Amino acid sequence: MVNGLEVFDLCVTYEGESLLSQLTVHVGDEIVALLGPSGSGKSTLLRCIAGVQQPDSGRITWNGVDLLAVPAHQRSIGLVFQDPLLFPHLTVGRNIAFGTKDDSRVAELLSLIRMPGYTDRKPETLSGGEAQRVALARALAPQPRMLLLDEPFGALDTDLRRSLTAEVRDLLKSTNTPAIHVTHDEDEAYAIADRVVHLADLQRSSAS
Amino acid sequence: MRSRGLAIAPVGVVALFLLAPVIAVLIAGIRPESLHVVMESRTWRIVGFTALQALLSTVVSVALALPATYALHRLRLRLRRLTLAVLTVPFVLPTVVVGLAFRALLPDSLNGTLTAIILAHAFFNIGLVVRVVGGVWSRLDGRMQDVARTLGMSPFNVFRRVTLPYLRPAILASTALVAMFTFTSFGVILVLGSPAQPTIEVEIYRRTTQILDLPAAAGLALVQLIIVVVALIWSAVLQRRTVMRMRQSSAPPLPVSNKCDRLCIIWTYVLALALTLPVLSLILRSLRAGNQWSLQWYQQITAPSAGTTRDIGAFSIVTTSLRYAALATLLAVVLGVLGAMAVQLATRRGVTLETTLLLPLGVSAVTIGFGLLLMSIHGPVDLRGWTLLVPLGQSLVAAPLVMMLLLPILRSIDPRLRYVATTLGAGPLKAWWAVDGRLIGRATVGAAGLACAVSLGEFGATAFLARVDEPTIPLQIVRLLGRPGEANFGSATAFAVVLLAITAVVLTATDRGRTQW
Repeated sequence: MVNGLEVFDLCVTYEGESLLSQLTVHVGDEIVALLGPSGSGKSTLLRCIAGVQQPDSGRITWNGVDLLAVPAHQRSIGLVFQDPLLFPHLTVGRNIAFGTKDDSRVAELLSLIRMPGYTDRKPETLSGGEAQRVALARALAPQPRMLLLDEPFGALDTDLRRSLTAEVRDLLKSTNTPAIHVTHDEDEAYAIADRVVHLADLQRSSAS
Repeated sequence: MRSRGLAIAPVGVVALFLLAPVIAVLIAGIRPESLHVVMESRTWRIVGFTALQALLSTVVSVALALPATYALHRLRLRLRRLTLAVLTVPFVLPTVVVGLAFRALLPDSLNGTLTAIILAHAFFNIGLVVRVVGGVWSRLDGRMQDVARTLGMSPFNVFRRVTLPYLRPAILASTALVAMFTFTSFGVILVLGSPAQPTIEVEIYRRTTQILDLPAAAGLALVQLIIVVVALIWSAVLQRRTVMRMRQSSAPPLPVSNKCDRLCIIWTYVLALALTLPVLSLILRSLRAGNQWSLQWYQQITAPSAGTTRDIGAFSIVTTSLRYAALATLLAVVLGVLGAMAVQLATRRGVTLETTLLLPLGVSAVTIGFGLLLMSIHGPVDLRGWTLLVPLGQSLVAAPLVMMLLLPILRSIDPRLRYVATTLGAGPLKAWWAVDGRLIGRATVGAAGLACAVSLGEFGATAFLARVDEPTIPLQIVRLLGRPGEANFGSATAFAVVLLAITAVVLTATDRGRTQW
């Protein structure tokens, strides 16, 4: 039996165009950076793994158990986008607690992202970097078995990006969360990941 | 600062025009002989029924509209444009025509019932809800819901905890609008309702035209005005409290994914089909005489002396209607453009005037007509029968709609465009014309078409102001319906179809300027 996430022969088409073709990848207890140009289907792959999109064919399993039959809200796989997408009608604290019943985790996570005392702040008062850290904390709060990061620093400036890259790696390692980190920045990929893969190399027919 | 000063003049003119009838009603209504009506238990029975039918109509309209709103704005739908058009066109149809269409459609057992009123109101207002809520729903970033899913929320909980809070302001706004329109509805209820169960508007009309008890009518109009204003303020407070900015995006429509989505799509088609039934049955009914197909009713209205009724010919009635509507359109566009520009200039930094803007929409056509009537009786000169009175009343009903159409367009104009025009060597006036003028010009054509359609079908204000020997088409329809017999009913349906045809021509001809609406 394979440990962790196994994607096998995944195919996705959008409006007749092939987006992913026969993609195969395995992610164990590690952080994998996934490189590829924009529009190459990286986000689509993450959406399929998270369960918010259905592939046309192929298999996705966790520890050998089929994931495709499991709806997104029962997969326990977190997803963080380029935009923080915080719920604007909730405070920072309520945002972090959104996916967990355990309110005590809020303070713990806020100190992990070095933002203690932000519990009652409204999302619109946060800077871009702060909002993205809260989004990360929110995704980690329900203790997902895996975190998917879709260019999470894409909207931030270079300095902030560099410091957050180190911070996120520490965060993932300290919470023992395996992750797929999608980016098109090679430096960032090597800084954050245990292993770097190129999307094109994972697909059989489009590899050429 | 100078622009603020400039704004005062048009605001003053518009406010004077729109508020004058209201002030006339206030002055007349505050007298002791008018306030007496407040003590009558009959008055409160009428207020109660008015509120009840408005409440039920609103709930039914919103509930029927929401699944269709979702399907039309979040899912991929075949024939989307056509379906949307079928759902939204009823909003601009003449009220008495819709009332008559439902009488033609529904079995006699439902004639004069609350059910009939609610169905007709839903017919009118579903499109309004679809537009107001749909505009917001289509801009909701779908990834927000994806995030909630991956945080462990079931689809139902995502809807309850993310989508609904996001939509709440829009749903509240559309609910408030529908409640306001149905609370002050007149034409539909006069044609479709039971005389034994009047609403406030119908009672004001009855007291004015049949009992000639103007003080009591003024008292009732005052009561209605107070309720509308209080409701408006309350809804404004409620909406301010729930204002929420959520990330917006123009996400592509999703392919149908589950059973719930499929049900919503089926529901949308069923609703669109159902909404065509009243007009279809009206047209069919106008072509049936005795038990066979015939053009008898159309012949009868063009040559009325040949029939049993001694009436004015259709040709002269249509001409009167068109003449009034043309004048009213002109006036409504002038008032509407001035009003929209004034509001835009005055509120560039705030939203203070938003509620004030809603007020003229909340003032019922009956109040406008009744107020103008009071002014023409009690004013320095007796103006009863003055030719311009009818178009004036119609324009006051249509002007707020013109304003509503133009304001978003004025707001959406990027001020930087104007700067660009200025740097290219255009003077301030020329820059305004090159940027704002062009864009507003196109929208104004659309707004004029709408104002014309509204004026043609206007009944509430016209009923109080028109001369007996110069009826408009809606007045003639109601007059015919007030008389017994198949011949009169048949003539009424023929007139209604004629009015529908004219309205359709006006709206189609000006459609390009109204693609937004």
